Amino acid sequence: MADRPFAIKRQPGFATIALICFVMLYAPIITLVVYSFNAGSSIAIWEGFSLRWYAAAWENELVQDAAIRSLVVAVCASLFATTLATMAALGTTRTRPYRGLTATYAMINQPLMVPEIVTAVALLIVFAVFKQTTGYDGLGLLILAHTAFCIPFAYLPIRARLEGMNLSLETAAADLYATPWMTFRRVTLPLMWPGILAGAMLAFVISLDDVVITEFVKSAGQETLPTYMLGQLRRVITPEINAISTALLAISILMVTIFFFLNRKKM
Amino acid sequence: MATDAQTAIVGEIRRSRLLTLPALIVLFLAASGPLLVVLLYSFLTAGDYGGVKWAFSTEGWQSVFLERDIFDDTVSVADAHLSIFWRSLRLSLMTTLLSLALGFPTAYFIATQPEKTRNLWLFLITIPFWTNLLIRTFAIMEVIRNRGIVNTALMKLGAIAEPIQMLYTDFAIMLGMTYVYLPLMVLPIYASMEKLDFRLVEAGYDLYATRWRVLRRIILPIVKPGIIAGSILVFVPSLGAYVTPRVLGGGKNLMLGNLIELQFGQGRNWPLGSALAITLLVIVMIALLFYVRAAQKGGEHG
Repeated sequence: MADRPFAIKRQPGFATIALICFVMLYAPIITLVVYSFNAGSSIAIWEGFSLRWYAAAWENELVQDAAIRSLVVAVCASLFATTLATMAALGTTRTRPYRGLTATYAMINQPLMVPEIVTAVALLIVFAVFKQTTGYDGLGLLILAHTAFCIPFAYLPIRARLEGMNLSLETAAADLYATPWMTFRRVTLPLMWPGILAGAMLAFVISLDDVVITEFVKSAGQETLPTYMLGQLRRVITPEINAISTALLAISILMVTIFFFLNRKKM
Repeated sequence: MATDAQTAIVGEIRRSRLLTLPALIVLFLAASGPLLVVLLYSFLTAGDYGGVKWAFSTEGWQSVFLERDIFDDTVSVADAHLSIFWRSLRLSLMTTLLSLALGFPTAYFIATQPEKTRNLWLFLITIPFWTNLLIRTFAIMEVIRNRGIVNTALMKLGAIAEPIQMLYTDFAIMLGMTYVYLPLMVLPIYASMEKLDFRLVEAGYDLYATRWRVLRRIILPIVKPGIIAGSILVFVPSLGAYVTPRVLGGGKNLMLGNLIELQFGQGRNWPLGSALAITLLVIVMIALLFYVRAAQKGGEHG
């Protein structure tokens, strides 16, 4: 006792609980990934290493179809959301406070606050009426819905970047007779770029992972990877689902790591 | 001169508004606007095969809490709905408490790590949060199902003869929601813990306080805003959870989110579904108001 200094930061049991937490967070995901490489068709009994479930998922036409749709929606929605969010971030930071600014913030952040299931049934109602009156039930509606809930995720990092930026460079450009457009193009935009990229990454991941809103909004036959997986859960589960999950996880983790890297540079 | 400056300001504000407008239009079309439609639908009459008839009715709202007997037309309290409300509240509260019990020590652990490794631990907490919710729920499902890894291992060890039924129970829902929302508890507690000045803790010990007393009288009051924020951040999505109870709870163990879905599917009662959705929204908004209060208090202290 005497030779060990009194550790003021220690609280008994806390480190153990923290460790349990980390194990609890990662053990299921790791199990899921490991069994995607199982040679057998069980998700609990290991029968050797194989890539057969990846091959099975790759050749499954339903999976191919859903994967392509997921990518199309995520790419379109993140591009639209990032463009709109960039404009909105410029419009809400580089300005004096004006009437309606608070309402604007509330509207932009709404998708973060309203439970997804509520937005989902709201869109179900509105799109059902729209589909009935116009006869259009294409992918555009899904992309519109995804764009809307991706906007706050793209907006927040872009705004954070803009707020951390020094105005003096833009003032200097203006002093040197640059037109407002040239200042934006050559000074503001390059400085904002990491924020825009980070916002786009986040929007892409959020769109790619969405289940609830997609499940309610999609027309017949418009499965994305997550809704396809949700539909499969009630059947006999083979490691094929694990293989699809692992592929999606890899994309998300890659994107989020890039996001962290982009955000780190700022500081 | 003054008018020049004024026109410049007016122009600047107009430009800001124009820049924000496209985002607001999209949000109105696919987020705020539809919510208003839900409110409207909650006051209409249910159609025979889903959808609505355009006639004003409070039937939807009445059936949130009351049910009409189809034989003698008497009205009684809707036990089925109330029990689902109660189950959702209870499960969300239990999830919040479990997340707090696990999340507080974890946040403390991270905050007391050397500065170099602290970011790595934080990163490890954040990563699962940004990965697909369905996949994480699915990972839990694989672990606890009857022929999953936990039961298989226990049976091989001879600890149990029959698999323990964990999947499709309330326990599974609570475990799954804790698993999914735990990062939302850890991050705000960590944020307020980071500001903790350990000289205060040292002073406590110098005055012969026990570890428990230091925790209760010095650390807890300082990180209280973080605890409140984290609790609400876990409670709110738990209450509106849809995927986790659907996957882990099976068909029987409904929560509010599934009850809402049911009205738009087999239930074919869109006004009731709309009224339930608005009810959920109101509860969530009240919880978020408390959150904003807690966050502001936290800001004042910091």
